Amino acid sequence: MITDPTGVSSDTRERTADSCGADSSGAATGPQRPPATAPPRAAPQRRRRRAHTPLDPRPSIPLTLVTGLVLVYTLLPLVWLVVNATKDQEDLLDSFGLWFGKDFQLWDNISRTLTYDDGAFVRWTLNTLLYVAAGAGGATLLAVLGGYALAVYEFPGRRAVFAVVIGAVAVPGTALAVPTFLMFSGMGLANTPWAVIIPSLVSPFGLYLMWVFTAQAVPSELLEAARIDGAGELRIFFRIALPLLMPGTVTVLLFSMVATWNNYFLPLIMIKDPDWYPLTLGLNAWSAQARTAGGEPVFDLIITGSLLTIAPIVVVFLLLQRYWQSGLAAGSVKE
Amino acid sequence: MSLLPAPAKAFPPSRSRSRTRRNALVGWGFAGPFAAVFALVFLAPIGYAFHLSLMRDRLIGGTSFVGADNYLQALTDARFWEGSARVGLFLLVQVPVMLGIALLVALAIDSGRLYGKAFFRVSVFLPYAVPAVVASLMWGFIYGTRFGLVGNLNDAFGLALPDPLSPPLVLASIGNVVTWEFVGYNTLIFYAALKVVPRSLYEAAAIDGAGEWRIVTAIKLPAIRSAVVIATIFSIIGSFQLFNEPNIMQNLAPNAITTDYTPNLYTYSLAFSGQQHNYAATIAIVMGVFTAVIAYAVQLRGMRKG
Repeated sequence: MITDPTGVSSDTRERTADSCGADSSGAATGPQRPPATAPPRAAPQRRRRRAHTPLDPRPSIPLTLVTGLVLVYTLLPLVWLVVNATKDQEDLLDSFGLWFGKDFQLWDNISRTLTYDDGAFVRWTLNTLLYVAAGAGGATLLAVLGGYALAVYEFPGRRAVFAVVIGAVAVPGTALAVPTFLMFSGMGLANTPWAVIIPSLVSPFGLYLMWVFTAQAVPSELLEAARIDGAGELRIFFRIALPLLMPGTVTVLLFSMVATWNNYFLPLIMIKDPDWYPLTLGLNAWSAQARTAGGEPVFDLIITGSLLTIAPIVVVFLLLQRYWQSGLAAGSVKE
Repeated sequence: MSLLPAPAKAFPPSRSRSRTRRNALVGWGFAGPFAAVFALVFLAPIGYAFHLSLMRDRLIGGTSFVGADNYLQALTDARFWEGSARVGLFLLVQVPVMLGIALLVALAIDSGRLYGKAFFRVSVFLPYAVPAVVASLMWGFIYGTRFGLVGNLNDAFGLALPDPLSPPLVLASIGNVVTWEFVGYNTLIFYAALKVVPRSLYEAAAIDGAGEWRIVTAIKLPAIRSAVVIATIFSIIGSFQLFNEPNIMQNLAPNAITTDYTPNLYTYSLAFSGQQHNYAATIAIVMGVFTAVIAYAVQLRGMRKG
């Protein structure tokens, strides 16, 4: 039961080439569950998909081309970014945007980005990592515990918790910014890492996803059996539920990581000291610098810095796509 | 108001009365940490904002209670209404375009008729991983008529493309950045919803002689209706909150993007440049109520069956 719940089995590799990552992980987790308690939309239905050859029509060239236009639109700016990260400032101005310049300056650009202004970029990267580790890690932990509680226990105020949290999604985050800032400065937390980390700890979407996911993936009979065997609630959570919740947890972790890594508005308001900037604020500071009188325009560093900022998160997404795609599918189950 | 449907399984009936008490303790034990932080960073600021909105700082006499004065001021504030009209126009154009493209791409991927389906699915999502800062800077450079792609095209083909960062076009240019960022995300949401539609429905329809298009309109679209409604609501909320992209592109187009370009930019500049915390809190609350009312109306309309 507690074998690799993420379902990376040897045969999934080739299958993901033409079928969804969700399929393979679903198919791999399915057989490990007790059949009687398997949630209604688990593996069997997904396995069936490949059997339906009449419903697996031939690929269409026109459809691929039309959809390909959206793909070009999506990828063009990223290609532009990669190409222009290889140019020095002079080439940036002179050469065509979608092709390489005279010199290949990528390595030089990277080293100048990392060392410019006494290594500010490195400092910002470390800050970002701190915010992501504490903020996204904490947000995931709280969401998993809370979602599990909502799905498993009957307790007074449970429906209220759900209604309030989901209603809060409709409140513009930015509407809270001013009062949050004033509150945090009153507590002496503004301009410290805490001001970025604490608000990042709450993810209503994460709570919702974990709630739905727990309701599907953790059969109550299993918990009941463990209780009869005399296991405590904490032990049941860590030893039985948590392994079953892994795909959902990874999804929530990934989305909180992206949200924290990419956060701009919260640190913009909370952090005044450049030493505590995350990467997003730092890049914008470099961009604003070109406008100030006497400020050195560093377009080449902004472009290379942007590439360095998105590279880790893009890589993480590509590597873990099968997990978050199956987690998202769980979140979209209706009634 | 709940935006998302509650799963049917998730509220099981309680089994015995004796266990209720213990369950309550354990349940709150697990949910407590989330609830505590949530109260600190969501509920307390909302309450505090409301408190602030009823007060005003005066040069003489300090902070005093003014009742609804700030709200009355907001109702007649031209800068606020211009910003609101701008985001209203923005969402009327940008949201349907973005969701329309996302829906078409999701249906195309789901149809199984694309070459390199897996590549499409992953690539189209990539911009979601790109921070708004980087997306705005990147597009800002591309928009450049001097040395951006627009400038390149003008040079290469002797064109005189209009400046995307000029006042008449900058809203559309921002819309393009936002669309670029979130098309893939919405595609994934729709695609995930399509994945859980039982395939046997398509088979049954095909046996009954339904064509591909008929399956889309009669089965697939109704099946993902609630996903579409949720995506619409989140996009509307996002539009009303429009801040990051215009704030970052202000560096490139200071004349086109003013400090009150959107209500959120206005709130921000009131609070952090103008030191008008009370009025900023008022505007924020008015926008919050606006958003909630419109999101709720869309939900009521969208969830109505038939």
